[in-house]
Amino acid sequence: MRRRNTKRAWRWLRLSLLVGACLPALAAAESITVASTTSTENSGLFEYLLPKFQADTGIEVRVVAVGTGQAIRVAKNGDADVLFVHHRPSEDAFVAAGYGVKRFAVMHNDFVIVGPASDPAGIKGGDDAAQALAAIASSKSLFASRGDDSGTHKKELSLWQTAGVDPAASGTSWYRETGSGMGATLNTASGMNAYALTDRATWIRFGNKGELVILAQGDPVLFNPYGVILISPERHPHVRADAGQAFIDWLVSPPGQTLIGDYRIDGEPAFFPDAIETPPTE
Amino acid sequence: MNDFSNALSTAFALVTSLDRDLFEIVGLSLEISLTAVLVATIIGLPAGAALALSRFPGRRPLIIVLNALMGLPPVVVGLVIYLLLSRSGPLGSYGLLFTPTAMVIAQSVLVTPIIAALARQTVADLHEEYDEHLRAIGSGPLQRMATLLWDGRFRLLTAILAGFGRAIAEVGAVLIVGGNILHSTRVMTTTIALETSKGNLAIALGLGLILVTLAVSVNAAAMLLGETAHRRYG
Amino acid sequence: MAADTTDTNGLLPMVVDAVSYRAGDQALIDHVSFRLEDSRRTVILGPNGAGKSVLLRLCHGLLAPSAGAITWGGSTPAATMKRRGLVFQRPVMLRRSVAANIEHVLKTQGIGRDRRRGLVSAALDQAGLKSLAHRQARTLSGGEQQRLAIARAWLLEPAVVLLDEPTANLDPGATRAVEELIIRLGATGAKILMTTHDIAQARRLAEEVMFLHHGRLLEHRPAVEFFAGPRDPDAADFIAGQLIN
Repeated sequence: MRRRNTKRAWRWLRLSLLVGACLPALAAAESITVASTTSTENSGLFEYLLPKFQADTGIEVRVVAVGTGQAIRVAKNGDADVLFVHHRPSEDAFVAAGYGVKRFAVMHNDFVIVGPASDPAGIKGGDDAAQALAAIASSKSLFASRGDDSGTHKKELSLWQTAGVDPAASGTSWYRETGSGMGATLNTASGMNAYALTDRATWIRFGNKGELVILAQGDPVLFNPYGVILISPERHPHVRADAGQAFIDWLVSPPGQTLIGDYRIDGEPAFFPDAIETPPTE
Repeated sequence: MNDFSNALSTAFALVTSLDRDLFEIVGLSLEISLTAVLVATIIGLPAGAALALSRFPGRRPLIIVLNALMGLPPVVVGLVIYLLLSRSGPLGSYGLLFTPTAMVIAQSVLVTPIIAALARQTVADLHEEYDEHLRAIGSGPLQRMATLLWDGRFRLLTAILAGFGRAIAEVGAVLIVGGNILHSTRVMTTTIALETSKGNLAIALGLGLILVTLAVSVNAAAMLLGETAHRRYG
Repeated sequence: MAADTTDTNGLLPMVVDAVSYRAGDQALIDHVSFRLEDSRRTVILGPNGAGKSVLLRLCHGLLAPSAGAITWGGSTPAATMKRRGLVFQRPVMLRRSVAANIEHVLKTQGIGRDRRRGLVSAALDQAGLKSLAHRQARTLSGGEQQRLAIARAWLLEPAVVLLDEPTANLDPGATRAVEELIIRLGATGAKILMTTHDIAQARRLAEEVMFLHHGRLLEHRPAVEFFAGPRDPDAADFIAGQLIN
């Protein structure tokens, strides 16, 4: 009796070992890794697009969603096949340095400034982003920043510069860096009734708005273009270039662009395809 | 407070509707953590027993280090494994970063010291009691190790369960090395972090309740096991 | 008569030559010498703290003497350890069943599974533990545990069995069962060397007595002579039931 139990235990052990050994094999099925941003992931766009791409091509896309800065580092290390982010200067530098093959414009959405409905800085209805930030600074209203070197964070920093404010200067207790993703930063803003800069898609989908509402939007400077880049197979020979390029080609193809344009969050369009006509530059 | 009751009902809805995504995530969590605990057990038990039974210079500092490693910060482990497994790192050619295997490695590194340290303590305690008998019957070093590990099996199982509890509840390391990829490396803890960041507090808390239930069950099992063993084996 | 048997596999004579054992400044065993020539039952008698257990451990090789030498048929205690059995005052019970405790010893000796089964069964019979074979060893009574320990020591058909106060913690009934087992074990030709502080037990079991006090061997004589009239005054006081120090 005991012997049989022991035997069964051994069989179980062997089975588990086998399962363990198979894990990498399963993960290695025809797939590519895309380094992208939390705002893109949080918008739900990938969950909408990727099953359709897989149905068309059989290629599984695995998305690692981090801040733009970290996504670019992941890509530079060769830990992804495709980079899909939204910070044009970084993307161009990435390609220029030889890490990427070519940048393709995919789509855009826009940033909005959200804040408490009581609006202590009085920025409601404004369409000049820099002016709105200046008002937040001068009223010393709480502002929640990503602070994580993401595309959104970089955009925010350039807006502060335009507004002539150095939020990182000492004594700015109203400026709070969360050092985390878009959603986490919105959670913080919601908890503190702070202002924040967010991409529209994440905002629409965000489930914990509390008293926050959109206060300023529509400034052309808040335009947020997304680019997609294949990691250079010359620099990282293991890059799955064919599958990666297939993904990019599919994104910028008419069917891909139509799908992006048709994506709705709570009935609102979230992304506007760019690959068909040339996107306006900042 | 509304959030909380909302979260509770969401949690029950999730579990009772047998949501497929939920099961995939829970299943992957279990698979990864069980594999990691298995690896940690295979390494940790003999290592702990060997450390308890052998005498060599530097043994005491090693034990101190081992005990300290029980509290390894998961994020640091995650970061180090990340750097090792990255394509630009020394083990990059295996292409393991952002795979379940990377998560198994990270959790194994976290759990092995726990199992090894507790195994060492268990074996050392038993050894004190058994030593004269084992010497008298002429037991060799390997036989000794096998005898002590087997007779300490219930306490060792408790140690293994403690390791499992740590593995399944850990988020820092698996988030960094796994990348929280949907349908691939997304486990319970990283999902909770993600859903929280999306502001979906109800879903996050729902998953949290499942995780807590699992952790409590494992601990209860460990306690029951210990008591039963004590009753049966004295 | 066990005294006539000389089948001790070359372990005898056992020679203890000027052995001392010190812990710190204290000599627990002080310059002890003796020879054991035959397989009579030898009892090391003495009050608590006399050094009996230490002497027994030195003989088996579990402790190394600070000075002097011990040989069994010319070999060291360590080299001959496997041919002796040892039973402790508090037997070490593995956290397994009674049968598994016995089987463990056989496994350690590398005895194959088929032979083990028969040997386990025979040992259980000998010790009267057959009905308890599947009980957890640590849930046995003290007497049952000691019988199991003796059965375990018996297993390997040892030429010599050392027993350290085997009945010190037992009630009279359990003591009787253990003593009977010791006599039967000695009757197989095994040399019995045991310690006790119990004078009545020494009278029942000893064929030869060594009286140990303060780590010194004060008498070593056939039991009949010893109990008829010990030469050492401390020994005389001790068997007269007086407290000695």
